[in-house]
Amino acid sequence: MDPVLMSRLLTTMTLLFHIIFATLGVGVPLFISIAEFIGIRKKDPHYLMMARRWARGFVITVAIGVVTGTAIGLQLSLLWPNFMQVAGNVISLPLFMEVFAFFFEAIFLGIYLYTWDRFKNQMIHWAFSLPVVIGGGMSAVFITTVNAFMNTPEGFTTGQDGFVTINPIQAMLNPATPTKVFHVLASSYVTVAAILATIAAFSLLKKKSSEYHKKALKLTMMATFIFAILTAIAGDMSAKFLAKEQPEKLAAAEWHFQTEEGADLILFGWLNEQDMPVGAIRLPGLLSFLAHGDFSSEVTGLEEIPEDERPPLWIHYMFDLMVSIGMALVLIPLLYLILMKTKKWNEHHKWMLRLIVLGGPLAMLSIEFGWIYAEEGRQPWILRGFMRVEEAATTSPYVDLMFIFFFLLYATLATVGIIVLRKLFRNNPVEVELEKKYPSIEKGDS
Amino acid sequence: MTYEIIGITVLWLFLYGYVIVASIDFGAGFFSYYAKKTKKDHIINQLISRYLSPVWEVTNVFFVFFFVGIVGFFPDTAFYYGTALLVPGSIAIILLAIRGSFYAFESYGSKQSNVYMFLYGATGLLIPASLSTALTLSEGGFITETNGEITMNYLKLFTSPYSWSVVFLAIVSVLYISATFLTFYASRANDTEALKLVRKYALFWGTPTIIAALTTFIALGQHNQRHYDRMLDLWWVFGLSMGFFMISLGLIYIGKYYGLAFISVMLQFFFAFFGYGASHLPYILDPYITIYENATHQSTGIALIIVFIAGLFLLVPSLILLMKLFLFNADYVKGKK
Ligand code: HDD
Ligand code: HEM
Ligand code: HEM
Repeated sequence: MDPVLMSRLLTTMTLLFHIIFATLGVGVPLFISIAEFIGIRKKDPHYLMMARRWARGFVITVAIGVVTGTAIGLQLSLLWPNFMQVAGNVISLPLFMEVFAFFFEAIFLGIYLYTWDRFKNQMIHWAFSLPVVIGGGMSAVFITTVNAFMNTPEGFTTGQDGFVTINPIQAMLNPATPTKVFHVLASSYVTVAAILATIAAFSLLKKKSSEYHKKALKLTMMATFIFAILTAIAGDMSAKFLAKEQPEKLAAAEWHFQTEEGADLILFGWLNEQDMPVGAIRLPGLLSFLAHGDFSSEVTGLEEIPEDERPPLWIHYMFDLMVSIGMALVLIPLLYLILMKTKKWNEHHKWMLRLIVLGGPLAMLSIEFGWIYAEEGRQPWILRGFMRVEEAATTSPYVDLMFIFFFLLYATLATVGIIVLRKLFRNNPVEVELEKKYPSIEKGDS
Repeated sequence: MTYEIIGITVLWLFLYGYVIVASIDFGAGFFSYYAKKTKKDHIINQLISRYLSPVWEVTNVFFVFFFVGIVGFFPDTAFYYGTALLVPGSIAIILLAIRGSFYAFESYGSKQSNVYMFLYGATGLLIPASLSTALTLSEGGFITETNGEITMNYLKLFTSPYSWSVVFLAIVSVLYISATFLTFYASRANDTEALKLVRKYALFWGTPTIIAALTTFIALGQHNQRHYDRMLDLWWVFGLSMGFFMISLGLIYIGKYYGLAFISVMLQFFFAFFGYGASHLPYILDPYITIYENATHQSTGIALIIVFIAGLFLLVPSLILLMKLFLFNADYVKGKK
């Protein structure tokens, strides 16, 4: 099969798989750190146990994150040799910085995981979580600058045979970087908060009441609320960035064909033969507002983009799904907080918990939709304005075979990973572990 | 020194670091499998997992550092090696992925299954064999460019005596490095039973290492005369390497100063590795890529070096802390913590 198509599919598969674990790798350390800090401060074994149990699960997901990350790192050269030959001159700097962030994270993760009871002063152990949080966050920052560069390349001049001058710092700080970095970080944190909340709510649903899970739920719900708002703000800033610097991506996502003032926002629906949106919800003027913060401003339409440089129109659904989930992630914790603050109501109602259980998987889906939207919206470019995807791919005829191998690999990793995680927590219920570790806790209080 | 030379030196240094730390890990995989087969696993597996558990991710980053760095400093490597190595590269990734993830799954998840032990042992040998092939290719003659098309001659690779001697050398070196490290670690842990066993492994794998090194050297003479001659010019470096080999084997034989013995092994490989690397220059891929003609732009190269120096300030103290807590902390090593 066509090596270009297969390279695209293999890259897509690897990235979509890696991003699950990368998101966890960015977010989970933050929550481990917060839980341990509260536990030490309040002398509350429940929070300490939270940190321990989250960390134990994290070891499994990190392992998958590391090996799939290593896979992408090498695949970039194996599948996109022409791209790396050219862009490697520029993006090697952030990639190199990312490696140092990994190094830092890996070293302290090893230390953190194996020194739980080694220091008299618990704060020393807690302090080791900070480099892990920072390392994970920084690796996301650096890799996101690479992706931003692919969307709005800057920081070089070209001549007859390739680059004439290069300013790698300017390339990292390209116009897409600020909003992208902000949105990627916020969305990683909200996703992990929502997933941890899913686990707590699920346990509460199964075991009625447990102090441990109630505390975990409260902590993660408040975090979901805060980070969901930040994610939405960052998303809004990203849309404004697109309107200014990459209008074709926004226009394709919004099915906005003609440049006009006071443009409507189109939600869902489908396109008829004349490319007219049908069955959609129209919110008057809202697209102008999303794009420029002004209901009557002008938004560039697809008509201004040469036909062979237009992204596919189906990304509309990716965008809408992402935004809908984004709204849900604000509303679910809001409802929970209202129920909690109102004395008469019960925030642990069955239906409330069921809603929360949905939140985590939805958030992770939103990450996937967001990336598909962002990457597919850059098509046909791999380096917007400079290099097309088909010019970048390998010419090797064996990519289809490799696709099958990697598919089997990821399927195995996912299956075994899930089995191991289930065993890990099934065979070691929190009540038993709490009693063993902290016998002073009252029975039934766990 | 030019930025090209600094770049290749840094990369080579990290590749050397990877060779040492990864060899310990790969060899340990083989030894635990072998110990299980000979019903001696209860003696050494505890020892192995105490050292490896906290550091396996760090080992992996050494590798990532190298391949990100080489594409950064010499982007043309991505084009030549990337195009030629799609299949073997992908297979190496899959092996690494299986090994890394299963390692974590097993040490935290459940008890060790037979399938896992087999994979752990087998990948310990297969990965160094497949990665070392990249060095074979760099000697030239296997990857060719005709009208911008890169092709890889597999038949030639699989029938070349040089190629096989490198694979053999890689495997026995891994086992020797690993065994000498485990000997040192067991002696620190005062674990006499384990010490007896791993010391035997170390003594056993010493001689094949030197035989393999000599064979490879001769085979290289057949394959790349230029490189061979340059190596002869640097004969004293390889002499030093040989000397440290004798010291390490001697110390292990008399059963004293195991720490010093392991340091000698590190120096043995340091000299061999740098002698090989220095005589390989200026080629990264003979004859297509040289460090001078195919380096990245100066501004990027200098930025990379600055980041590297800044990164060292972060890394070196962290690595020292890691070693203090797990390698040189007697109580931890003895399993008391
Ligand atoms: C939990 C995940 C999540 C949620 C709830 C949202 N997003 Fe998002 N979005 C992402 C996760 C994400 C992402 C995975 O982080 C992306 C993919 C690439 C990127 O830069 O961030 C992204 C990209 C992305 C882009 C493209 C940026 C670019 O290509 O430069 C825009 C315009 C938005 N988002 C807008 C929004 C808006 C208006 C949201 C409303 C609440 C929203 N997102 C919620
Ligand atoms: C150096 C960095 C990167 C390179 C070279 C790269 C390259 C590519 C390429 C060539 C595609 C195929 C596009 C297509 O033809 O459909 C792709 C798709 C994709 N990339 Fe990127 N990308 C990079 C960074 C990222 C990052 C940081 C992410 C985040 C995880 C990401 C996520 C994705 C996703 C999810 C897709 C699939 C989109 C689809 O459905 O086509 N990429 N990438
Ligand atoms: C083209 C895209 C990407 C490449 C080439 C890449 C590369 C890598 C590599 C090589 C590793 C393993 C490092 C090690 O050995 O420790 C890794 C892991 C990781 N990656 Fe990615 N990555 C990409 C996309 C992303 C994105 C978009 C994020 C964050 C949003 C991310 C965050 C992480 C994190 C946090 C880890 C550490 C492992 C973990 O904690 O799960 N990566 N990545």
